[in-house]
Amino acid sequence: MVNISLGQYYPGQSVLHRMDPRAKVLASIIYIVASFLCKNFFSFVLLFASAILLILVSRIPLRIVMRSIRALIFIMAFTAVLNIFWVTDTTAEPLIHWHFITVYTKGLYHALFILVRIVAMIIGTSLFLTYTTSPIALTDALEQLLHPLALLHVPVHTFAMMMTIALRFIPTIMDETDKIMSAQKARGADFTSGSLVQRAKALIPVIVPLFASAFRRADELATAMECRCYHGGEGRTRLRILKYHARDFLVLFALLVLIALLVTINILGARFGWLYTM
Amino acid sequence: MEDSRSGNSSQRQKNTLIQVSDLSFAYTGEDGNPIPVLSHVNLTVREGEYIVILGHNGSGKSTLAKLLNLVVDDYTYAEGHIYMSGLGEEMRDILSEDMTEEDVLKLRRQVGMVFQNPDNQLVATIVEEDVAFGPENLGVPQAELRKRVDEALATVGMTEYAGHEPHRLSGGQKQRVAIAGIIAMKPRCMIFDESTAMLDPLGRREVIGTMEKLNREEGITVLSITHYMDEAARADRVVVLSDGEIILDGTPGEVFAEGEVLRKAGLDLPQCTAAAQYLQNRGVRLEGSLNDPESCAEAILKAWNMRNTNTQPGVR
Repeated sequence: MVNISLGQYYPGQSVLHRMDPRAKVLASIIYIVASFLCKNFFSFVLLFASAILLILVSRIPLRIVMRSIRALIFIMAFTAVLNIFWVTDTTAEPLIHWHFITVYTKGLYHALFILVRIVAMIIGTSLFLTYTTSPIALTDALEQLLHPLALLHVPVHTFAMMMTIALRFIPTIMDETDKIMSAQKARGADFTSGSLVQRAKALIPVIVPLFASAFRRADELATAMECRCYHGGEGRTRLRILKYHARDFLVLFALLVLIALLVTINILGARFGWLYTM
Repeated sequence: MEDSRSGNSSQRQKNTLIQVSDLSFAYTGEDGNPIPVLSHVNLTVREGEYIVILGHNGSGKSTLAKLLNLVVDDYTYAEGHIYMSGLGEEMRDILSEDMTEEDVLKLRRQVGMVFQNPDNQLVATIVEEDVAFGPENLGVPQAELRKRVDEALATVGMTEYAGHEPHRLSGGQKQRVAIAGIIAMKPRCMIFDESTAMLDPLGRREVIGTMEKLNREEGITVLSITHYMDEAARADRVVVLSDGEIILDGTPGEVFAEGEVLRKAGLDLPQCTAAAQYLQNRGVRLEGSLNDPESCAEAILKAWNMRNTNTQPGVR
């Protein structure tokens, strides 16, 4: 039996884990908006502090969170470097001036701001969604949040059902891939040596039977679903009904307060010419 | 309906649930010509019966099951009638043109089907949500839904696994979840299409135990399609299909007495019955049912004791 965890879900019992998945989707959107509202040094400090607070609240170990930040380290470094060299400040003397390279203090700050913004966005979305919400809960939430689109004839239920089935069959098909690969190895197949092209070619005898069996499965599943009276989303009831709790409103309210604070800081910053506005 | 009265006296005048009458069926082959699968099948299923349908691969038994639930792809070469009770009229022909979509749903609710591969019939990623899938489709309200799921899981003895992921269960457990998914729709009849064929002996025992429990305790009519003879020994009635025709229909004892006919249909007797029949042919008198190992052993023991008393000195 393959032991795989889908996505990066990190089981737990924190407030973030127990939040309604719909509220979490909304929360992560609000948080991304918040990170874009930051305009000056103090608002970025506040944003950074809120990201730290989120990690503490979620009780997810820092090293796990760092994993998702590390995945984007290249993009982060790239944008930071761009900002350092690109930003010009007509009101100040350059910090470094060497041939065509000029670096201003403002550029350094902007690079720092961008880093904080990206880190905050990663932390916000991963803590609200990927780490604390199981894929199936996320599917449920998206189905219900997007439900109004059904009025525009967008097949929301169908997409959600496809997602559910995909999630259900990923482990099964992984198991099967394992079995087929073992069977091919027993017949002398070699998946680990040779050039990239050779290795890709070696996978063909795995992929072909895998597809054949996936189609057979799909056919049988469709029959079984028909036998269980599946006829689309119409008139369907649900065993698990999502319910908003006080904690959901509390977290959303806290995020709105965060946005209010950021906006206030921005306004104050603009009036008093605080440090390095973006 | 008179059919149900004239049947076996032990059937206590049970109502006819399904009546297959003169049913023939063929698939459309790749060249457009029909490939016959069933020919002139007649079968009456009464409420509460436990029927095993035996047949070799390609005997048409799965097709028959699928026809009962209207899940074959192509009805071009379907002839004859399948009368089903409980669909409005007294007996309704489900192959007739006037079946509406709603009628089909009604039919599928009352005749549940469990298939061979447990992996390919579980839809949801959590056991209890999968069990809820059928009733959800029927629009059962949420409170009732919860109750049905809990009851169904209790019936198959999987309550403690309600929150598990199906892919971590054993084959027998998955199949029991699949059964719970059907029970939750509250069917009158359940068809098991080779539901034990892919399981290990332990899983097979679990599933057969569940099937018998459903029949005895819940009063659900069971139609089990299989090629395992020992499963047939426990049924009320055994129907043997060969090349799309019903060649035998009777109690396990009656059917197993026709060893030669079974062999021609590509089926073997249960080992114990074959052994007992061998002894009988050699002149040993065996009495009682010879369908399962226990009763065979009992009969042989009895014969052995008889022989011992008969061969006391002076008796011969």
